[in-house]
Amino acid sequence: MVSDINQDADTLCPRHADDLHDMLRWALGEGRSLEVVAGGSKRGFGRPVSACQRLDLSALSGITLYEPEELVLTVAPGTRIAEIDALLAQRHQRLDFEPPDLGLLFGGPVGAGTIGGAVACNLAGPRRIKAGAARDHVLGFHAISGRGERFKSGGRVVKNVTGFDLSKLMAGSFGTLALMTELTVRALPSPEKVRTVLVQGLDDTAAMIAMSRALGSSHEVSGAAHLPSPVAARSHVGYVHNSGGSVTAVRIEGPGPSVDARCVGLRKILSEFGDLEELHMHNSTTFWREVRDVSYFADAHDRRQIWRLSVPPMEGADTVARIAESQMVEAFYDWGGGLVWLAIPPQKDACHLTVRSAMSSGHATLIRAGETMRGSVPVFQPKLEALAELERRIKQAFDPRGVLNLGRMFDGV
Amino acid sequence: MRMPEPNAEVICRRQEIVADLRAIVPGEGIIADVDAMRAYECDGLSAYRQMPLIVVLPETTEQVSGVLSYCLKHSVKIVPRGAGTSLSGGALPLADAIILGLGKFNRILEIDFENRCVIAQPGVTNLGISQAVSAVGFYYAPDPSSQIACSIGGNIAENSGGVHSLKYGLTTNNVLGLEMVLMNGEVVRLGGRHLDSGGYDLLGVITGSEGLLGVITEVTVRILRSPETARAVLLGFPSNEMASHCVAAIIGNGIIPAGLEMMDRPAIHAAEDFVRAGYPLDVEALLIAELDGPEAEVDHLLEKVEAIARDAGAVYVKVSESAEERLRFWAGRKAAFPAIGRISSDYYCMDGTIPRHRLAEVLHRMAEMSGRYGLRVANVFHAGDGNLHPLILYDANVLDEMEKAEAFGAEILRLCVEVGGVLTGEHGVGVEKRDLMGVMFDEEDLKQQQRLKCAFDPDGLLNPGKVYPILHRCAELGRMHIGRGQIPFPDIPRF
Repeated sequence: MVSDINQDADTLCPRHADDLHDMLRWALGEGRSLEVVAGGSKRGFGRPVSACQRLDLSALSGITLYEPEELVLTVAPGTRIAEIDALLAQRHQRLDFEPPDLGLLFGGPVGAGTIGGAVACNLAGPRRIKAGAARDHVLGFHAISGRGERFKSGGRVVKNVTGFDLSKLMAGSFGTLALMTELTVRALPSPEKVRTVLVQGLDDTAAMIAMSRALGSSHEVSGAAHLPSPVAARSHVGYVHNSGGSVTAVRIEGPGPSVDARCVGLRKILSEFGDLEELHMHNSTTFWREVRDVSYFADAHDRRQIWRLSVPPMEGADTVARIAESQMVEAFYDWGGGLVWLAIPPQKDACHLTVRSAMSSGHATLIRAGETMRGSVPVFQPKLEALAELERRIKQAFDPRGVLNLGRMFDGV
Repeated sequence: MRMPEPNAEVICRRQEIVADLRAIVPGEGIIADVDAMRAYECDGLSAYRQMPLIVVLPETTEQVSGVLSYCLKHSVKIVPRGAGTSLSGGALPLADAIILGLGKFNRILEIDFENRCVIAQPGVTNLGISQAVSAVGFYYAPDPSSQIACSIGGNIAENSGGVHSLKYGLTTNNVLGLEMVLMNGEVVRLGGRHLDSGGYDLLGVITGSEGLLGVITEVTVRILRSPETARAVLLGFPSNEMASHCVAAIIGNGIIPAGLEMMDRPAIHAAEDFVRAGYPLDVEALLIAELDGPEAEVDHLLEKVEAIARDAGAVYVKVSESAEERLRFWAGRKAAFPAIGRISSDYYCMDGTIPRHRLAEVLHRMAEMSGRYGLRVANVFHAGDGNLHPLILYDANVLDEMEKAEAFGAEILRLCVEVGGVLTGEHGVGVEKRDLMGVMFDEEDLKQQQRLKCAFDPDGLLNPGKVYPILHRCAELGRMHIGRGQIPFPDIPRF
C-alpha cells in the first residue's frame, strides 16, 4: 500500500521545494485538489480525503543542518524518523517528544514514518508528560501555503517570540494549511541511564492514584503507564508478560547517580501500592517502545476499532469504566492516565456516542477504523460552533480554495 | 514611532461610548477621568506614552464579552492590558482605543494537585500561582524577572520565559487551557486539564500573540513539584569568549542546567556595588549555573560543570554551600537591571536571541558598536538559551542620546538576525521592534501572519499598530492572483 504510491500515475512527486511550488500553483490554477502524504504511514489517521490527485513529499528528504551543541537540526519533511534517530544517536541525542511509529497499528511496515508526518499529526510518546509533544519541539519552518505562496515562521532558537507562533499551528494541522518544505526541530541529550519501576496487580483506579503520586513527586518521571492484565500479557518484556496481572510502570531517566537516587525515592512512594519490580535499560527501552507504538493493539489479526482519548489524568479509569458498562472494551493508559487507548470490536458507529458521552472533558479521536466509518463518524472531537467557525476561517486564511487535504480534520477543514 | 492615525469620529463619540460602556461594566469599572487614566498611559516601555480613549476594567467574562461585542458593533479599538509590565509597549494605549484592563480578574479558581494544574483568572500574578501551591511543595515553572508584578494573562500574551526556561520551558510549554473571548463577543474554551486537544492548536497560537487575537479570561497552567535541592555555581573567566565557549561546552556535554546566566564586566561591577553578591571583580565574564534535582544528581553534575569550566579557562569557581548563598548569587543577577540604573540615568534593554555558538562574536561586535555610538553597554543575559539582554546606557537629558541608543539597539537586533537569531526572545515585538520585523521576515511571511489575525479579528480592532509594521486590510490580504493556465506545468517528473 505504502510502497506503490510512487507508481501511481496520478501521484505528484516533487524532488525539491521549487518543484513543489510549481505543482501547487499548477493545481491551484487547474482547480485540482490534492491529498498530501509523506511516508504515507498514517494515511488511515483522520477523515478520508477525496482529492483529484495525490502529492507525495517523500522525496523532499534529508537533514540539511545538525548542530549538536546548539541542540537543533533542520530537515526536509519527508525525512524518515529512523534516519534522524540514527544520526542523533551518534551524538547521544534524540527527539525528546518520542514520536510513535504507528506503522503496525495502521497495518503497514515499521520505520516508514517521517518527521513531516509526525509533526502534521502532532504525535508524541510517553514522554509527552515531561517533554511535550511535537508542537513543543518545532522551532521554525519554511512552507508553501495553500495559496501557493512561500512563507516562513519561527527560527532556529528556542526562545523566540517574534510574531505569531505558526509552528504550533502547523503541528497537528494534518497538512490542511500549508506544505512545509523545511523544518527546524530540537534535539536533546539522551539520558545516561533509564530505569522503570513496576507495580504489580493494581486495578485501574488504584493505578491512577499511584501514577499521580509518582508524577506529583520531585523525581521527574518521564513515563507513567498502566496495562491491565490482558494487555500486560501481550508485552514482550518478560517481567511484564509473566506478572500474571496488571502492571503499572513509571520511568525515570537521567545521569546515573541521579537515576539511582530517584529510583530509591520512587520505590518508597510506590511500595505502599503493591509488589515492585524494576526494569533496566534494555527492558525499559522495549517496554516504552511498545507503549509508544500501541503495540498491544497492533497485531496483524487485530481488526478492532481503536480510540485515543486525551482526558484529565485522574479521569482515565472512570471514563473507561463508564464505557465498559455498555460496551466490550479493552484499554490501557499512558501519560499517567491522561491518555487512554481503547479497542472495541468493530461496530457500525464505532460507538462514538458512548465513548464521547463517557468523557466529562477532553478529546476523543477515532484512530483506527475503516475508511467508510471515518467518513461518517466524527474522527476528531466535534467542536462548538464558535470554534468550528474559527477553524474554518483559519483554513481559509491559508488555503482558501481547499486544495490541501480538504476535509481531513473536519468538514471543510 | 508612528501609530495608526486615530479615528477622529470615534474620539468625538467618546461621551456616548462612556455612557454605553457603563451599561455593560457598572460602577468604578469605567475610568473616563483624565487624571485617573494617567496610570494607564504607558507600560514598562515608559519612553512611549499615550492617553487612552477610556479605561475599562471588567470583572466578569460576560462583561468582557459585552465590551467586545459593543466595540465590534461600534468600531472601537481595544488595547488589552494585564499588569502593564511589558517591556515592548504591547499595552501602549491608542488615542482612539479603550484600554481593557484585566486587573480585577485576580482570583485563583481551583488548585488541582492530583492532575497537577491550577486554574486562575488572568490578572493573578505569576508569583501568585507559585505561592498558592508552595505550601504543598509545588510551583509554576516559568519565572520572568517581573514575576512579582506581571500577570499570568500577560505571560500568555507574551509567551514569557525567565531564568528557568532553559530546563522547564516557556509559558507555551506550561499552559494547558484557556477561556477567551473572541472579538465578536463569543466565549470559547481551549484545552483544559488534558494534554492533547485536536483541531488546530489555537492554544499555541494565542500564546505569544500580544493581545492581537482575543482576550483571555481564564487560564489553566501546569504545576510541578519543586526539586529536592538546588545549588548554584559562579564561574569567572578572563574573557567573554572563554565564558561563551564554556556555555556551549556545558550544553554540548548533555547537561541542561536549570539556569545558565552570563554577566559581563560592567554588569558584574554594577551588581556587586549594589547588592554585594560576592562576585569576583577581577574577571571579564561571569557565569551563574544552577543545577537542581536530587542531591546525588546536583553533586554529580556540579562536578562535571566545574571540570568543563576549568577546561574552558575558568579562573574562578565558587559553589554555593547553603540556600542563603545560592540566593545571594542570584540576588546580584536579579538586581542587575536596577544596579545599572544606579550608574546610568537611563538604560535601554534589548532582547534578541542568537545561536549559542555565536555568543562570543556577537559580544565582540557589540563592544565595537559601543565605541562607535559612544554609549556604554552592559550585558546580563540568559546564556543557556542564547537570549541576550544588552543594556544600552544613555542619558535622556542629553540631546539625541535616546535616538542614538535606539539606533544602537536596532543595530544589535539586526546583528542577532544576521547570525541566525531572532529579534525578541521573551519581551515581545509590541511597538518597540515593530518596524524591525522586516529584518527577519519578508512581506509574504508577514502577510501570512496577518491573515491569521484576520481569521480572529477581521476588522483589525484588537491592539492595532502593534507587532506588524504595515496594516493591510483583510480583504486585500485575502486576494489571490492565480488563474487557470497561468502557470506552465509541462514536464514535472512523475516517477
